[in-house]
Amino acid sequence: MKSKNEKEYFNKEVLVTTDWLLQNLDKKEIRIVESNEDPLLYSTGHIPGAVQIDWTNDLNNQLVRDYIGKEDFEKLMSKNGISNDTTVVFYGDKSNWWACYAFWVFKLFGHTNAKIINGGRLKWEKEGKPLTREVIVYQESDYKSETRNDNDIRAFRDDVVFHIKNGMSLIDVRSPEEYTGKRLHMPEYPNEGALRGGHIPGALNVPWAKAVNDLDGTFKSADELEKLYLVENHLNSDDDLIVYCRIGERSSHTWFLLKYLLGFKNVKNYDGSWTEWGNSVGLPIQK
Amino acid sequence: MIDKLEKIVEFFENMDNQEKIEYLISYADSFKEVPETIASKPYALDKKVEYCESGVYVWSIINEVGNPRFYFYVENPHGVSAKALCSILEEGLENTDLQSVITINTDIVFRIFGYNLSMGKNLGLIGIIQMMQRQVKKLIQDS
Repeated sequence: MKSKNEKEYFNKEVLVTTDWLLQNLDKKEIRIVESNEDPLLYSTGHIPGAVQIDWTNDLNNQLVRDYIGKEDFEKLMSKNGISNDTTVVFYGDKSNWWACYAFWVFKLFGHTNAKIINGGRLKWEKEGKPLTREVIVYQESDYKSETRNDNDIRAFRDDVVFHIKNGMSLIDVRSPEEYTGKRLHMPEYPNEGALRGGHIPGALNVPWAKAVNDLDGTFKSADELEKLYLVENHLNSDDDLIVYCRIGERSSHTWFLLKYLLGFKNVKNYDGSWTEWGNSVGLPIQK
Repeated sequence: MIDKLEKIVEFFENMDNQEKIEYLISYADSFKEVPETIASKPYALDKKVEYCESGVYVWSIINEVGNPRFYFYVENPHGVSAKALCSILEEGLENTDLQSVITINTDIVFRIFGYNLSMGKNLGLIGIIQMMQRQVKKLIQDS
């Protein structure tokens, strides 16, 4: 329960509780989607009725470093029995990194009716709520997607170049060791797919993990998030802001909370992230 | 390549995707955490596999007959793939010798899990084998 003085999230409808989902498991207008870092996890047991959408195999184009296009998205929706008016409720491991990532990709295709389960898989399991290995095959739907819109919530390399030239805000949500480049310098260890360690010039470092409660993976309260982003890091909800990490999954989590929980009007996710920037010829870095 | 490990790897190569998922989960279910006689929490960070998103720790020791024995801990309760690989390695490397461990080709990760693994996942799983190999080299050096 919230106390009388506790602030609400900017858009409280987009975040649902595990209890809400339990009460709505059988609703036909809802499709639960699990999206994980480890795709095997779904098969060990999932929320009853949930389908799995795997970011590597389902959402990524297999030949271009990009997302699938309109036709493949329509096929994916159809295969999972998702209609244009279905409420898609995402959850997953890692405090919902991949759930937020899938949510973000759905938004690129204009699927507005989407929600995230606060706490994701960790909270559901900790509460002893039901899991099943039964995979339901839904009747195919007739989904009509918009053409993917990469302009509003997605940033590309050139957008970031423009952004830093104009002194606008960037957030690097990786760990401080990745931000400073320390992790690429450890002998004998594999790096994270980048030739150089460090961060995009001018980027603030606000690790994604600061926004979640360790025990159950839920987002911190609106007050705590405001303190972290607005007070401690001097950001403003009117800022033109780009977030990034290594490949765009952790930054999807931060993108989600900034846009929906704190009401940032113009925040974009740079999914090329460090694996593109850190490898690109001619792009500056800071350590 | 070590015969027992190679047989397990070939077994995985010859199954369809659904069978593979079931066997991997079965291996993950049989995962045994490092016993307290070997290590106790908080575990030393030099035993932790860098870049493995599941937070895997590896210990290598030499047993009474001079062969290596491996122990693992997986921090992330959702690290199913990591647990499966650790169990496969533990079983496949039973009674093998130190030198053979160094010859393991990290390609077995792809042969077991498939070639469409994400970059982060393959780095993490390969990192487990590389950590074992580094520890074994050190054991050879110190023996």
